[in-house]
Amino acid sequence: MHRFHSISVVASLFVFWLVLSGYFTPFLMSAGLASSVLVVWFAHRMSVIDREGHPLELRGGVLSYWPWLIVEIVKSAWTVSKIIMHPRLPISPTMLRVKMTQTSSVGQVMYANSITLTPGTISVAIEGDEILVHALTQAGADDLAGGEMDRRVSTCEVRA
Amino acid sequence: MMYAVVVGALLVSLCLLLVRALLGPTVFDRALAGNAIGTVAMLLLAIFQFVSGRPEFVDLALVYGLLNIVGTIAVQKFFRYGDLGEPGVADEEHRL
Amino acid sequence: MSAAIDILSMILMSVGGVFCVIGAIGVLRMPGFYTRMHAASVIDTLGASLIIVGLLLQSGFTLASGKLLILWLLIFFCSPTASHSLANAAHRRGVIPWQSDQGAKSSSKN
Repeated sequence: MHRFHSISVVASLFVFWLVLSGYFTPFLMSAGLASSVLVVWFAHRMSVIDREGHPLELRGGVLSYWPWLIVEIVKSAWTVSKIIMHPRLPISPTMLRVKMTQTSSVGQVMYANSITLTPGTISVAIEGDEILVHALTQAGADDLAGGEMDRRVSTCEVRA
Repeated sequence: MMYAVVVGALLVSLCLLLVRALLGPTVFDRALAGNAIGTVAMLLLAIFQFVSGRPEFVDLALVYGLLNIVGTIAVQKFFRYGDLGEPGVADEEHRL
Repeated sequence: MSAAIDILSMILMSVGGVFCVIGAIGVLRMPGFYTRMHAASVIDTLGASLIIVGLLLQSGFTLASGKLLILWLLIFFCSPTASHSLANAAHRRGVIPWQSDQGAKSSSKN
């Protein structure tokens, strides 16, 4: 599993190199592959590479979570846009604490980033297993406190 | 010209954000406006690739985006700790 | 066929541009620092995504579209991080959130 993880890091670095460089001659491609392998080897020796940086085990869950998140982002961005263009600016900003049920730090980061990515809610601080969230409207805060996003991130994490 | 609308809209939003960066009562407002200006400039560079027909500009957009994020985090770190050399560990007691 | 794709991508990009302008107006209009952040995240998410999807339609299946996808991933992974670090710094520095009761008072007068 450890070896498989390293090979996957090398593969993704190589694909990244290929997309950025755009050279497809054999010499340059082998040079790119060699540099990806060298980078991963050095990173292993420096032990700066870990499972969190390349969470391979999330690949299944993420694929079902992202479409839902994108729909959610579009809906809340539309709500926020309507609020901005409303002549009276009907906002009711609230601070609330949301409980996280994720156990790993990758899951917690995923949840906090999803909260921030959705317009209308921003994760301000993380205190223990709670996130301090600033919400633009009371309705958005209630929506988040309902905990659907938390549940989905947790299933995504557990499925791994 | 098919890019005229989107380029015009982006330039208008750039101007509006610039006004917020100049007005901004706190330094965080200015940093926020700077971050948003960076995003808009990144999009402008990505579009400019198609306007000018030179594919290098999307690389510039990527580099600009990376610099934008590093810059925003550096600014927030400076104004949070008052020092860029601070290790900034999460559980460390913060200095004000 | 290509004309249809052109029109679709133009519509997507124009709508994205409109969302960018709306976000910028929000950054200008909103009271208080935290509420401005919500407006800025409209630019980062919907505005940027629509424009990049429009450009992806324009570029087709080339190397440029791969770079645009990387740009999209960069925005989606890094802009919430930057926003969170800004909000966290403002919170630690004691920036007081704009209170809703001011709004409630002024709106109850209306």
